Amino acid sequence: MTADATLQRDEVSGDSGGGHRSHPRHVRIQPTRGWVSLRLGDLWEYRELLFFLAWRDVKVRYKQTALGAVWAVLQPLALMAVFALILGHFLKVPSDGVPYPVFAYTALLPWTFFAQSLGAASTSLVTNANLVSKVYFPRLVLPISATLGFLIDLGIGLVLLVGMMALYSVQPTWAVVLLPALIVLALLTVLAAAVWLSAISARYRDVIYGMPLLIQLWLFASPIAYSSSVVPGAWKWLYAVNPMVGVIDGFRWALLGTSAPGPEIIVSVAVTIIGLLTGMAYFRRTERTFADVI
Amino acid sequence: MPDLAVAVSGLSKEYRLGAHGPQYGRLTETITDAFRRRGRRRSRSVEHFLALDDVDLEISEGEVVGIVGRNGAGKTTLLKVLSRVTEPTKGTVDLYGRVSALLEVGTGFHPELTGRENIALNGAILGMSRAEVARKFDEIVEFAEVERFIDTPVKRYSSGMYVRLAFSVAASLEPEVLIIDEVLAVGDARFQKKCLGRMTEVAREGRTVLFVSHNTGAVAELCTRAVLLEQGRKISEGPVGDVLMDYARLAEPDGHEVELDPDPDLPVAVTAVSVRDGAGRPTTMFDLTDEVEIGITYHVRRPTHGFQIALGLARNVIDVLHTFDTDDEEEADARAPGLYEARCRFPASFLKAGLWSATLSTGTPSEGFQSLESIVRFEVEDRTVNTQDKGYRRDRPGHVISPGRWTTERLER
Repeated sequence: MTADATLQRDEVSGDSGGGHRSHPRHVRIQPTRGWVSLRLGDLWEYRELLFFLAWRDVKVRYKQTALGAVWAVLQPLALMAVFALILGHFLKVPSDGVPYPVFAYTALLPWTFFAQSLGAASTSLVTNANLVSKVYFPRLVLPISATLGFLIDLGIGLVLLVGMMALYSVQPTWAVVLLPALIVLALLTVLAAAVWLSAISARYRDVIYGMPLLIQLWLFASPIAYSSSVVPGAWKWLYAVNPMVGVIDGFRWALLGTSAPGPEIIVSVAVTIIGLLTGMAYFRRTERTFADVI
Repeated sequence: MPDLAVAVSGLSKEYRLGAHGPQYGRLTETITDAFRRRGRRRSRSVEHFLALDDVDLEISEGEVVGIVGRNGAGKTTLLKVLSRVTEPTKGTVDLYGRVSALLEVGTGFHPELTGRENIALNGAILGMSRAEVARKFDEIVEFAEVERFIDTPVKRYSSGMYVRLAFSVAASLEPEVLIIDEVLAVGDARFQKKCLGRMTEVAREGRTVLFVSHNTGAVAELCTRAVLLEQGRKISEGPVGDVLMDYARLAEPDGHEVELDPDPDLPVAVTAVSVRDGAGRPTTMFDLTDEVEIGITYHVRRPTHGFQIALGLARNVIDVLHTFDTDDEEEADARAPGLYEARCRFPASFLKAGLWSATLSTGTPSEGFQSLESIVRFEVEDRTVNTQDKGYRRDRPGHVISPGRWTTERLER
């Protein structure tokens, strides 16, 4: 019940807490100082809330719209159409031997997931300010749940991709089994950026205004409209500091059979993991004042 | 001695009040600050405000404790710390048992979702498992009286239905320690009564309840013990009656005579209110054998019809009775311009010992009423020579002592 969910087990039972220190559900509230542990166990205890919030976001997203779930694929499709016409058809941007529309759409899927969930997750603390100031739960639940819901949109987009691949007769390779791992990498990349940005947004709303600009710049810094093979060798390592490079190259490789990502993908993965860990640490450090400043 | 459920020790919560409000700064300033030297940073005028100042509090299992205090006394901050919404600056809180905190009802309700969906979501937010919500679903819907609309988005609900549903989800919680903030006052009068009934049930089930409220009537009814906060400090603690009396002293103006500076546009304006004893001497302390006289001086500027004075008496901030100067007349008099004084007398023996305050409402139905809340106050004490006989008065339940006319006769041998 509430029980397990409402309260986490105490981190300091057996201290000088007076009374009955051996109480099975003793929680001590005290000021925390400096850096604190990530306490991922808390998140696990609140997994139901996490899924309920994600479910709420999905349920509510396209309510009272005429097109409904079509919106989930409209954005990548529209961008694909523009890219295919101008870049693919007029400019003849090379697309690694794959028909340009499929080439662009395959990249636009993880990109749309990234851009939409990053936008929602970075502002999740602000949009749920009433929850933050009225109820206790690990605050990391908010950016995470805001991200999870977009996996469904990604799923719908993938179904459409299967149809497109059939249309252009593009065969996936064995590497398609790695697609779930690549989706997880995309998810972690979103979270790495979102925990940083959402923690900052609790105090500084600048994040909300800067978000569209950031996402636009990021779009051009990722191999979506073009192939990452245009990046000259010496720059590849620096280029891969953008973790979406690894994700998108991975998607194309797994689904379209383009060349496998080079060793630079290690840089992408490392940036994601370091960003996520430092972001979560920063989030945990600042979350104690969220309710006061939000 | 029963086990402790909540132990608060040396609890303080500090807020920073800078030029930009609590703990809020512009990003550019934070960055420029970071480049300044420490000494200069300190010189920025940052005020610190203690919302809670070294509060100690112990609550045993099964106790129902009320937290009272004026606005800004620190009640809500205390709740926010206890519910772990915000961290304390100093001190510790130990909670023993499953705790649920309700700072408001309907937190996280989404207007686009149906009643059914909101029950599930709100349940999860309040910490209930899916199985528990499913088990209590029918009970919640029935209590909220929204059966017919359970699959309608709550944005189509009336505000009454909305709060009833919100309260019902909250009321289905079964924690060992319940921390609640004024969530009682929801819905119409009938539903409020039902809520209060439910809260009384919770209290009687042996749960530990910490109840924060402005509604002193509800505190008096529900709680056995109370704590009074003022400017972040605990200034009184003890049996609920005593603490509410201390609260009443804080909350109400002192003085036996109040002169007013009324709005010159009012057709009838109260210029002074005073409290006197039976002999007409101004005082605020009454013995049970005294009489209390409340005098109301008012100015009639234009001829008025239907002028009325309503006098309300409250004991320890709880409304006890209302009386009208027209009680004995069928129709209110027409009053010609001039200065008037109305006097109202009560035997103090009728009023139970405690802190009393008078609220006035004057005016005419056509021109509107002027309300003067707690305009004067006085204290009734049981300090007569007969104290020993009448000592029971303080402990007897209720707010007034009616000298009922008792007769006893033997009917059968």
